[in-house]
Amino acid sequence: MKRVGKQTWVFDEDIYIRAAATAVGPLEADGPLGGYFDIWHRDLYCGEETWELAERRLMSEAVARCLQKAGVSAHDVDLFLAGDLLNQNATSNYVARELPIPFLCLFGACSTSMQTLAAAAAFVAGGLADTALVATSSHNATAERQFRYPTELGVQKPKTATFTVTGAGAALVGRTPGRWRIRAATIGKVIDAGLTNPLDMGAAMAPAAADTIEQHFRDLGTSPSDYDLIVTGDLSRVGSVIVRELLAESGYDISDVYNDCGLMIYRPDQKVFAGGSGCACSAVVTYGYLFHELDRGTFHRLFVVATGALLSQTMVQQKQSIPAVAHGVVIEAAKQEPDSLP
Amino acid sequence: MEYVRAFLAGGLLCALAQLALDRGKWTPADVASAFVILGVLLGFSGVYDRFVAWAGAGATMPLSGFGYFLAKGVMVEPRPDGLVETGAAVFRFAGALFAFIVAGSFFASLICKPKG
Repeated sequence: MKRVGKQTWVFDEDIYIRAAATAVGPLEADGPLGGYFDIWHRDLYCGEETWELAERRLMSEAVARCLQKAGVSAHDVDLFLAGDLLNQNATSNYVARELPIPFLCLFGACSTSMQTLAAAAAFVAGGLADTALVATSSHNATAERQFRYPTELGVQKPKTATFTVTGAGAALVGRTPGRWRIRAATIGKVIDAGLTNPLDMGAAMAPAAADTIEQHFRDLGTSPSDYDLIVTGDLSRVGSVIVRELLAESGYDISDVYNDCGLMIYRPDQKVFAGGSGCACSAVVTYGYLFHELDRGTFHRLFVVATGALLSQTMVQQKQSIPAVAHGVVIEAAKQEPDSLP
Repeated sequence: MEYVRAFLAGGLLCALAQLALDRGKWTPADVASAFVILGVLLGFSGVYDRFVAWAGAGATMPLSGFGYFLAKGVMVEPRPDGLVETGAAVFRFAGALFAFIVAGSFFASLICKPKG
């Protein structure tokens, strides 16, 4: 492992994702990627009493299925890295309570999927863990209650609002060969574009995504054509346009290889406003659908840039703007020998 | 005709609230508070009495109607005497609404579960 340029880690040694698993709610299962998820639930309660417990169950199920797929006992995992959207990262802490694994809790809002994956790869590459488990989750109703308004209040939302994905994703990172290889990670800076509207987070996060993507190209000396797909986490209809424009202004045209997980996870006729968001958005799309496409050979090299609006309800009420961060991880299909990544 | 007037007046109030949300970028809490305050002010000035006489239920429904009832509580006979009585009189009519809201919410919570 070495640092290249200012913010990018390149993993020279083989760091693999040995297994990945996803669990989702009803709307996600009904969406265009429904068939790619491992576990799905008929309603938002997922068989639990409350939505918070439902979210916890989603993460527990994703973790259990991931370990099962890898054929690994939780006792053999050296480190668990997880985060979610609830205050105090409640979901992750309670899931970790059930696991016999040393635990580091991370918060990166919706960037948590790639934040935990990058950190896990670094821990494994640095020899501090042989096997590291990562997980993240979000739930539409818990996020609405915490960050916007309780859904029971029936408050109207503008078209710029995003729809928090109900789901959880988990992945197991290690040196034992797996189907996917982590090649590089770019850790983002916190960027605040001065926006204050929690119902337009795509616009708030787009500058952070553009910053991380541009920095990645500069650090590695790569260009958009070096990737089969560059995918952002949850910029939605609003932010995905802005990030393309910002990068075009910097001389990088990513249009041919770009997509956004928030636009992929739902059908256009599902009533989700500007698209999907939340920690689970990038996690379930990447660990479910995109990994499947790497297996099929549709893509060889992905650059997944998970975008997080570091929204604090308290700070928004005090008229503060919303800082954002984006972390990107380059993932390749492992069946091919790694070709050059500068 | 009474129904039509109530329908038009209620619809007008809702349209104003929608404009404040969409054009004015107000939060739902801003709109709710503003309508209560508007009801109080128009209630005290007597304008709302005429609105109620014309629109009936279209004007007495929350939230501007709620503000109107807050004001009305201290204005009708017997007039409250002193600060404490005035405070209590604010809820002379509005108190009934509170009771219905609390009781209604409680019973609804017993039989309903939010779907998200």
